[in-house]
Amino acid sequence: MIAARWEHFPHQADMGVRGVGTTLAAAFEQAALAMTAIVTDLAWVAADKAVEIRCEAPDDELLLVDWLNALILEMAARHMLFSRFEVSLDGHRLHATAWGEAVDTQKHQPAVEIKGATYTELKVEKSESGRWLAQCVVDV
Amino acid sequence: MNIDQFKQVSDYEWHIAPFGKMRVPAVIYADRALLTEMDEKVYEQITNVATLPGIVQAAYAMPDAHWGYGFPIGGVAAFDADEGGVVSAGGVGFDISCGVRTLHTGLQAADIAPLKQRLADRLFAHIPAGVGSTGLLRLNAGEMDAMLSGGARWAVEEGYGSEADLDRIEEHGCMAGAEPGQVSEQAKHRQRDEIGTLGSGNHYLELQEVVEIYDIKAAERFRLRQGEVVVSIHCGSRGLGHQIGTEFLRRMVIAAPGYGIELPDRELACAPINSPLGQSYLGAMRAAVNCALANRQVITHLTRKVFADLVPGTHLTLIYDVSHNTCKEEWHTVDGQTRRLYVHRKGATRAFGPGHPALPNDLRDIGQPVLIGGSMGTASYILVGTAEGMTRAFSSACHGAGRAMSRHQATRQWRGRALVDELAGQGILIRSPSLRGVAEEAPGAYKDVSAVVEAADRAGLARKVAKLKPLVCIKG
Repeated sequence: MIAARWEHFPHQADMGVRGVGTTLAAAFEQAALAMTAIVTDLAWVAADKAVEIRCEAPDDELLLVDWLNALILEMAARHMLFSRFEVSLDGHRLHATAWGEAVDTQKHQPAVEIKGATYTELKVEKSESGRWLAQCVVDV
Repeated sequence: MNIDQFKQVSDYEWHIAPFGKMRVPAVIYADRALLTEMDEKVYEQITNVATLPGIVQAAYAMPDAHWGYGFPIGGVAAFDADEGGVVSAGGVGFDISCGVRTLHTGLQAADIAPLKQRLADRLFAHIPAGVGSTGLLRLNAGEMDAMLSGGARWAVEEGYGSEADLDRIEEHGCMAGAEPGQVSEQAKHRQRDEIGTLGSGNHYLELQEVVEIYDIKAAERFRLRQGEVVVSIHCGSRGLGHQIGTEFLRRMVIAAPGYGIELPDRELACAPINSPLGQSYLGAMRAAVNCALANRQVITHLTRKVFADLVPGTHLTLIYDVSHNTCKEEWHTVDGQTRRLYVHRKGATRAFGPGHPALPNDLRDIGQPVLIGGSMGTASYILVGTAEGMTRAFSSACHGAGRAMSRHQATRQWRGRALVDELAGQGILIRSPSLRGVAEEAPGAYKDVSAVVEAADRAGLARKVAKLKPLVCIKG
């Protein structure tokens, strides 16, 4: 079984985030890492401060968008970047902790601000090999 | 894009007859080369837009159209509320009322040549740009609501600019019908320290030189003279608009089936104009328009302060301020009938022709200035709305070059430092908090803005007036 991983996929104007994991929660964590990596190098962000996030949606796909949008709101309102995530799921209810630190322009050299997670190329699915994939395009 | 899918109407106009669930045709304005290079997704998205309830005449795409969300970027569609027409949060987008304003400086490029470095440094130091930057203002709940109701008028009343500025802003600086009560606490919280900030991505503040005049009469009326320096500011409604877009997209996606709306793509999320959700969105979206107008007004004030310090006696006067991502209630003539329509422009500029009552008195006989932003290092253009344009795409024109390649491709092809040096060699000074951001926004990652503007001109959407070349670019 391949370990959890994330990647970006191209969109003409913006960027796609894709998380893969052995569980749905792990795929959601990886998608969040992919999102931070749009802004900066993950290795540059210290996981110092914890923020709790909760959300709930009618289905897995909307839940992924809600999860990423909840993070975008926390990033914007707290001026923070996050580099570590722990997600737990109870049906379509999500509870997560995100660890990160305040944005430091010198240290993080943030490339771009994320405006919102979108329903474009939105996909949450389990493959035949049992791996979960969670992806969508984010608007920057 | 395979151009065999189109019926060619002229060298610059291409039609797709309705098929499947399309209620109206789709029309793309572009030359053959631009159309061929356009992403196939534009075809898919513009034909999807044509299926939405209450759409009038046609779904349009501008010459800079590219793959967006639901609507293509560069998409225009109008809806009639009395025929079940919809308002779409996806059709406006996340960066509500993102737009451009351009100001005269009255200075010659030669005058500022010795000051260029200092101007660049000072503007970069005083205008908050990039991720995590905050503005000087902190708005409490009452001030936030006043800003969301008042727009640039609020900013002027707070001391940021003058009455004369308001005349040169769409809606005279204040979008009517804004309802701050429809804007969530999260959206207001996200905005509390973001007024007067540029943001990031393709947003910028540029000093530009007028390098070419195409229409002497209009240029005179806009007071554009060759060799003169103007300032252009490109930014939007910041966190507030992004949050409103996010929240209403979700609400509309979930509510659409209840309204009997079948969405070919969730990103086309919409609600009937005559529904509580539609009205709620319009109230919130108009508040976001005001937020964008206030934001550009405060940034203008900061820019004026920098000029006043470095070049005493300079007066920066506003030529015009246009918004790109909006849904506006307008009157248009369709088949000889004047109708009240809700016109969505997603990455498109309004381009009213001569005589339109929305234009300020001193521009009414000539038409609306249409400001087309370039991408760092490339030219920008000023066009003018025409009578002919009023019969095409509900008086709309393109908004910029439009991306030709993804950010990912751009970072593989360019390095930020090398680009900054290369542009400096061409006399263009770049200031940005992020070199990776610079690489992602490389001029080469965009379509050729000159070809886009040429197509808009030839298609009769708006007429070329002047070309601007960047001198200094503050990049968020």
